[in-house]
Amino acid sequence: MIVADKKPIEEIIEEIKNHEKILILGCNECVTVCEAGGKKEVGVLASALRMYFLNQGKQVKIDEITLERQCDHEYLEEIRDRMDQYDAVVSLACGVGVQFMAEKYHSTPIYPGVNTCFLGVTEERGLWTERCQACGHCILASTGGICPVARCAKRILNGPCGGSTKGKCEIDKEIDCAWQLIIDRLKALDRLDEYEELCPLKDWSTDRAGGPRKVVREDVQQ
Amino acid sequence: MKVKTPSKLEKILAAGHYAVTSEVGPPRGSDPENITKKAEMIKDYVDAINVTDNQTSVTRMCSLAACIRLKLMGLEPVLQMVTRDRNRIALQSDILGAASYDIHNILCLSGDHQSFGDCAQGQNVHDLDSMQLIQTVRHMRDEGKFLGGGDISRPPEMFVGAAANPFADPFEIRVPRLAKKVAAGVEFIQTQCIYNMEKFELWLKMAGDRGLLDNVYILAGVTPFKSAGMARYMKNRVPGIEVPDELVKRMADTPKEKQSEEGINICIEQIEHLKGVEGVHGFHVMAIEWEEMVPGIVERSGLYPRPIVD
Ligand code: SF4
Ligand code: SF4
Repeated sequence: MIVADKKPIEEIIEEIKNHEKILILGCNECVTVCEAGGKKEVGVLASALRMYFLNQGKQVKIDEITLERQCDHEYLEEIRDRMDQYDAVVSLACGVGVQFMAEKYHSTPIYPGVNTCFLGVTEERGLWTERCQACGHCILASTGGICPVARCAKRILNGPCGGSTKGKCEIDKEIDCAWQLIIDRLKALDRLDEYEELCPLKDWSTDRAGGPRKVVREDVQQ
Repeated sequence: MKVKTPSKLEKILAAGHYAVTSEVGPPRGSDPENITKKAEMIKDYVDAINVTDNQTSVTRMCSLAACIRLKLMGLEPVLQMVTRDRNRIALQSDILGAASYDIHNILCLSGDHQSFGDCAQGQNVHDLDSMQLIQTVRHMRDEGKFLGGGDISRPPEMFVGAAANPFADPFEIRVPRLAKKVAAGVEFIQTQCIYNMEKFELWLKMAGDRGLLDNVYILAGVTPFKSAGMARYMKNRVPGIEVPDELVKRMADTPKEKQSEEGINICIEQIEHLKGVEGVHGFHVMAIEWEEMVPGIVERSGLYPRPIVD
């Protein structure tokens, strides 16, 4: 899933301080699972903002809606008839949702309410960690199913670097060295001999480097 | 091994002499004297001088410019190049720039993470890794071609090196990792500083048993302790360095004013010992900010005068 983290409320206040009719818009997908932008967080943020503006002696209307998704036209359309009630929206979806909202509702300012962080997993409640950087050409088949692009601090494809110590990365004793994980996993699969195969220069044109990306699937297009 | 480049370092190794290299770190500024003075101090005692590339990710004068300074003094630089700061366009371009000054040695590294340095908020590049940089230089030199396939007019003639750390984790892939670098085309290795002789010798033996040492020269890294504090620091704080307890004790048992002398003695003993170890082809003497000690170490280890090759 896409993992996001809450923005500090001060930053959100700064974004919306000149507006009077505000919609806080949650998303029921990834940001709900990572407890940053689901229905619950929408409620908490809305209450905190109401309290803040009340204390400031300001009349500000704050509504709450949580959509099934903010990355699909059909769900964004559900609020079309209500959009004229607001002069700003704080979207608690990931950066994708914020932008798709802005594209659809061209004349209403849409502000981000979360920091979108990475593609990752819930290791345990309250702990999410990165697994993938969507490089566009997956090489997990040759790395024992562990991604050096996302999980090695230097994206080293033929690791580990000299900084790997007791299984941890040189940048932080709390972070596993991706290459230690890869080696352990290749060993568990009885494929350690594959470690010696040189990973060729990667074609990064499918990564961020190639510019905005798209997937076109004619077979599913009507 | 057959000589493939005009590198003096390569010729000395190929002739069967022990090679001696050392290194200088460029300054945090643009004063050329900083580099030329250090080089002046050691030049008659080493065959080649490594120039570090923004080591520990602290911004400094660029390695290439400092190498050119050495070249203009008639010395033999080893251009250290990390993959952290340059993409494949910049790497190839800098290699050509170095080649235009007939810099004939390169050391391919990944580089420390930028979070250790003075620009922790910067991006890193890592378009290639160190193995792929080795492949790139070899490709440019041997095929005379760019990565993109185009022909290079006057291809670089570089003797290609890399670092190896026999003590890094995990130990079981230390030799496979060397094998991988050899397969990538590395021709000489400068190792991390060695204090744990037994483990180093085990690594060399395992490498030798696999036939790797027929294809690569190994320069053993040595670094003298300045003090007992430094020995302790290296033991406890520096990842990938193993210092046996008896060495720390020996330094600690030496009166403070004699410690630096004792550090030099230990270093010389290490070189003497390593000379007897099969598979050691030379020494990389790293005396960071203590370059003035290099001549004495080389001389007292019986490595002076340096051989002359043409
Ligand atoms: S190789 Fe690319 S696509 Fe596969 S997990 Fe890593 S970043 Fe994601
Ligand atoms: S220690 Fe491991 S994870 Fe960290 S940069 Fe080096 S190889 Fe990558």
